[in-house]
Amino acid sequence: MARLPEAKAYQALARSKETTRPVAANVARAFLVGGLISVVGQAFMWLYETVFGFTEQTASNPTVATLVFLSVLLTGLGVYDKIGEWAGAGSIVPVTGFANTMASSALDARSEGLVYGVGANMFKVAGPVIVFGTVAAFVVALVRAVVEALV
Amino acid sequence: MRRGRTWLFPNRPGILASAAVGGPKEGEGPLAGDFDLIFDDVYAGMQTFEQAERKLLESAAEIALKKAGLGKDDVDLFLAGDLLSQGVTASFAARTMGMPFIGLNGACSTSMEGLALAALAVDAGRVRRALTGTASHNLAAERTYRYPTEYGAQKPPTAQWTVTGAGAGIVALDPAPVVITAATVGRVVDLGLKDPLNMGAAMAPAAYDTIVTHLEDMTRSPGDYDLIVTGDLGRIGRELLLELLEQAGLRFDPEKIVDAGLMIYREDQGVFSGASGAASSAAVFYGHLMKHLVAGTIFRLLIVATGALMSPVTYQQGESVPTIAHAVAVERGR
Repeated sequence: MARLPEAKAYQALARSKETTRPVAANVARAFLVGGLISVVGQAFMWLYETVFGFTEQTASNPTVATLVFLSVLLTGLGVYDKIGEWAGAGSIVPVTGFANTMASSALDARSEGLVYGVGANMFKVAGPVIVFGTVAAFVVALVRAVVEALV
Repeated sequence: MRRGRTWLFPNRPGILASAAVGGPKEGEGPLAGDFDLIFDDVYAGMQTFEQAERKLLESAAEIALKKAGLGKDDVDLFLAGDLLSQGVTASFAARTMGMPFIGLNGACSTSMEGLALAALAVDAGRVRRALTGTASHNLAAERTYRYPTEYGAQKPPTAQWTVTGAGAGIVALDPAPVVITAATVGRVVDLGLKDPLNMGAAMAPAAYDTIVTHLEDMTRSPGDYDLIVTGDLGRIGRELLLELLEQAGLRFDPEKIVDAGLMIYREDQGVFSGASGAASSAAVFYGHLMKHLVAGTIFRLLIVATGALMSPVTYQQGESVPTIAHAVAVERGR
């Protein structure tokens, strides 16, 4: 019977053969695409401010809505996942990434019905962001309240 | 009859006919011409990816039957498995086929698990003709094991691309172009690797264990086979396997130990470390390699189908990846 290598030794060997992620290239791509998405957002913001009479404060809502719409559309057309494979964090971090997680989860679950499929699965990937976003907001607010009470 | 842990088949069960089907990406790969049927769309004309996977398996099975000139009633046993929960692809396909059925659960090693069992049942005379096969679907697997299919995540270069396809073969004692001579059933090997996006590295020791056991049992060396083909180790897994074989002092020609996962796609098709999935070994063996065996360009072949036996739950719970490899030796029939 074959003698298997010792687990620790094999794990080290496997690590040595591992192709590492091209970090520098990934960072550059993320910077490019993330920046590009932000520029598009900024362009819409100007559009809403100059053409549609929104103020700097109120223009952010229709801008986010537009970016979300575009992201969902690109997800539905099967393009956003390809952008994501290339851009990595560049297309995950902006609001379009959040929209993509929800739209892709909804699309995938569509065959299981509207309620238990789409409804139950839509937040499958996005859910943790909301849960920990809320928890983080609570903790920050608590720290601020305590600091303010003490100072 | 056996030698060590290896089963021998003295009655020489053969593969009467076989078939391989693939999806659009497989149709653009170097083995496109070896598929009996290529579906141009990932849904294969169905409504869901799960139905599409069934369609792949049913198509491969039906084409194999047609090639052998057999009807569904001529087959006494259908041995199949897949990667989806509860093996639905195999059992739903078995509903369509209407044959006596045993579902298999060897993950990506199912192809050779099925062929070994088919040869065993036929050689023992309990089954006249057995049909065996397996299928996988890239998007059904993504949805089951990873992220939603349209989710924009970046995969590491160690990841592998699940094959959309299926392979099936019919085993019987009738005179056949390809004969099954031996099978070595693998044991579960786990050297503590945990990354499901680097399965080739996790599975390489299982392939090594089964290959060395097979060669020792048969008192053969790697050179006794024209080709040793692993199922879906990918680039990293294959490198590790060769390293392990070398460390064990085996003499071999590295070009004669190849991986099905490195044969299906071109390098520029964006498949990271190579192909994976139950259909990787199944489509390459039942399509490409069977053609070579029938044509006589390969005489003796060892196929070692590798499988990673984890689930999304065990991964989330921090467990390592148990792996397995089953080897089947085939020869050109006389």
